[in-house]
Amino acid sequence: MKLSEIIRHTKSTVSAGNISDDKNMEKAFSSDLMSDVLTLDEENILLISGLANVQLIRTAEMADISAVLLARNKKATPEMIELANENGLIILETPYSIYKASGVLYSNGLKEVY
Amino acid sequence: MALKLDFIIEGGNFSKAGKASSQIKKVLKQLDIDTKIIKSIVVAIYEAEVNVAAHAYSGKLTGTIGENEIEVVVADKGPGIEDIGKAMEAGFSTASKEVREMGFGAGMGLPNIKKNTDEMTIESKVGEGTTLRFKCLY
Repeated sequence: MKLSEIIRHTKSTVSAGNISDDKNMEKAFSSDLMSDVLTLDEENILLISGLANVQLIRTAEMADISAVLLARNKKATPEMIELANENGLIILETPYSIYKASGVLYSNGLKEVY
Repeated sequence: MALKLDFIIEGGNFSKAGKASSQIKKVLKQLDIDTKIIKSIVVAIYEAEVNVAAHAYSGKLTGTIGENEIEVVVADKGPGIEDIGKAMEAGFSTASKEVREMGFGAGMGLPNIKKNTDEMTIESKVGEGTTLRFKCLY
């Protein structure tokens, strides 16, 4: 699924990163547990989370995650945005809950990791 | 010629955890190492940094990047680990509520370091601190 479609389906706004190449994402994972995200063998996925802190961005950096979607109106802090821009990570913000964002994206064809 | 990189890790300072893994990732990328292997290495280093921030008072991380492998030593001053066998069990954790709120402390760190490395040892003295060593081949 194209990043632009992810944005459209979840009514997201972009708070960090360059979306001009409209990257194609095949899979997504939803979690607030960074330890769990760090065990994934998949790369270049979308991470949907309610955890809006620097650890989310660091975890994404180490786990080679391309984009994070902050659920339920969680806002990226300036520190998160700075770190994301440094590493080319895209941060999206959606008013939808993790459940709704995951459900909408899944039903439109964005595949699961597990 | 091996390249040695030293980092100080502050206990309790989560916003800085990730500096060592981030820096080492940049160096490994320049060496044209397979991205899957880089990911394993930096995930292990990040988990180790988080462990020091979560449990210790202070720590030092040394990464020695050689031609075919990286060796990482993380030595901390802290409470130490009473039962290393238990600490290696998936799901066992002594992490505080604050650590859990940050997305860690699920008892997955040490098992994940083991999974991502080719060799790993832990030595610990209760009341003094812990030294974790691991190697990854590339």
